[in-house]
Amino acid sequence: MLVYTVRRVLSSIPILILASVLTFVLIDVSGDPLSDLRMQQPPPDPSVIQLAEERLYLDRSMPERYWLWMTGIGGHGDIGLLQGKFGPSTQSTTYDIGENLMMRLGTTLRLVGAAMVFAFGLAVIAGVVSAMRQYSKLDYSLTFIGFLALAMPVFWFAGIIQQAGVGFNELAGSMVFATIGDGQFQAQGLDFWGQIGNTFKYMTLPTIVLMLTSFASWSRYQRTSMLEVLNSDYVRLARAKGLPNRVVIRRHALRTALIPLTTVVAVGVAGVIDGAILTERVFQWRGLGEFFITAVEKNDSYALMAWLLLSGTMVIVANLIADLLYGVLDPRIRYE
Amino acid sequence: MSEMKVSAAPESTGAESVGGAERTQMQMILSRFLRHRAAMISLVVLVLIALTAFIGPLFWKWGHTIHLDIPPNQPPSADHPLGTTTAGHDVLGQLMRGAQQTLKVAFTVSIMGTVIGSLWGAAAGYYGGRVDAIMMRVVDVFMIVPLLVMVSAVAGNAQAGTTWYAVAFIIGFFSWAQIARVVRGVVLSLREQEFVEAARAAGASPGWIIVRHLLPNAAGPIIVAATLLIAVAILLEAGMSFLQFGIQPPDISLGQMINDARTAAATRPWLFYPPGVLLVVICLTINFIGDGLRDALDPRQTMVRR
Repeated sequence: MLVYTVRRVLSSIPILILASVLTFVLIDVSGDPLSDLRMQQPPPDPSVIQLAEERLYLDRSMPERYWLWMTGIGGHGDIGLLQGKFGPSTQSTTYDIGENLMMRLGTTLRLVGAAMVFAFGLAVIAGVVSAMRQYSKLDYSLTFIGFLALAMPVFWFAGIIQQAGVGFNELAGSMVFATIGDGQFQAQGLDFWGQIGNTFKYMTLPTIVLMLTSFASWSRYQRTSMLEVLNSDYVRLARAKGLPNRVVIRRHALRTALIPLTTVVAVGVAGVIDGAILTERVFQWRGLGEFFITAVEKNDSYALMAWLLLSGTMVIVANLIADLLYGVLDPRIRYE
Repeated sequence: MSEMKVSAAPESTGAESVGGAERTQMQMILSRFLRHRAAMISLVVLVLIALTAFIGPLFWKWGHTIHLDIPPNQPPSADHPLGTTTAGHDVLGQLMRGAQQTLKVAFTVSIMGTVIGSLWGAAAGYYGGRVDAIMMRVVDVFMIVPLLVMVSAVAGNAQAGTTWYAVAFIIGFFSWAQIARVVRGVVLSLREQEFVEAARAAGASPGWIIVRHLLPNAAGPIIVAATLLIAVAILLEAGMSFLQFGIQPPDISLGQMINDARTAAATRPWLFYPPGVLLVVICLTINFIGDGLRDALDPRQTMVRR
């Protein structure tokens, strides 16, 4: 198991490097970090532009810059991924990309984590229920909700939920759900129960929004794999030897039916990150989504690179966890 | 695409003639699809939407741009069935133009992603070994970067996302990985079959075998994946436009309309709901059509019903 884990981690390094080359080249080719400065009216002094170019290492060739970004050898001491520095930003000379990224990571991870946990739990329940009552009214309604959710643009759904939250607050006469902000500032100086109340207030609506798409597709998968298992011989045997239905479902069927879902969930992380950006935008969170949007708007190529590398790492880690879970869930799989 | 499907029929039925009945595989597929009620209704709805989006603007008196004769901020009326915006757009005109751009982007992406993905996947599956390993690592790379993030980064960075084809090109470049995986899986099993061996014995080049023998036989899964890619592309384009990195004003897209109306959902609902509902309906119909195609082309494997 340990050997397998180490080998998996090592084999994902080339993929990350390849991904970083691809994104670096594409971001480099597609935009000019200094376009805002160059377009300024009246035109800035050529020496100003030259200084900015030097600060952002734009006076070097692209391969040189990639090497510099990776190792930091020959830079001004603010660049070099292997030294834990993400490079200079176009936003200001004092803007530290790494520090900002880490500050917002917690906010977004909270949302992504909550949405994934709830989506997974509800998807398993919904999938199992519709598999056990195949072709019932409940099954058909869950199928329809699934199709509808898969066709729903996240940001539009977010807008509707936000409106619903506002309406609910008006009805209740107090602010039950916060519809704007991430609540980090409000959480300061609260006691334990206050923290929980605050979290509930700010996180409920965005979590509902973000979990919808994943819930829809995962519950479909869960239904299919559960149906397959329920019709298999060993479940029939378990029933034949007189086990109560609850035990058959929980101990025999569900455990096997969960296996395919782990892969689907791991692959789905990338989609959840996409959704988190849109959700954060609608609910005006100061998370990774806002960081990303600002970075794109300001042509901040090093900040974008840091962002993409972080999200790529998150997806790879999720895939690794899924692979290891496979071994736990499926006793037939042994990692040597 | 349709040519592929037609040429697939003789090859896959050639080995064993189907039950003596005088129906080609094509006819069987068609009749299975026609019997799929949700898919047929969806197809009709989608065609109607597409016709309205492409032909409607020719007949409707208002375009998608600001017009001085349009009173600002009007709720729906006889003159403007879906109301007007603050700046003086006719929402119906915008909606038709937006749907048109969305459909153009989505179909371009689907064709582009399918061509790249199926060629890439087929080559990887056919050659196998080290070539396969390297090609699939590249696919992995495209799979680990969140799609919306990547396309927004490139389009927003380029500040050239003004035109629909630039947006389509960028999305298409990033969304072929899934199809490549599907096609590789199919080709891996196809390449061991006799007809491939026969073609190789007859001296066919690998390129010829891939294009003329392997891809036509993988047409079923490819068509299904291409259909579902349309829905993915629509949601991606809408997300991009919502973040303002997609199609830029004065041109319009549905995502951009939702973004403009983001704060107006309660006060001016006629701005917020129509583009969203239209997006949902388009994606819903495409998903149902994809479902129907899957049932028709590959009766063994169905997602929804067993």
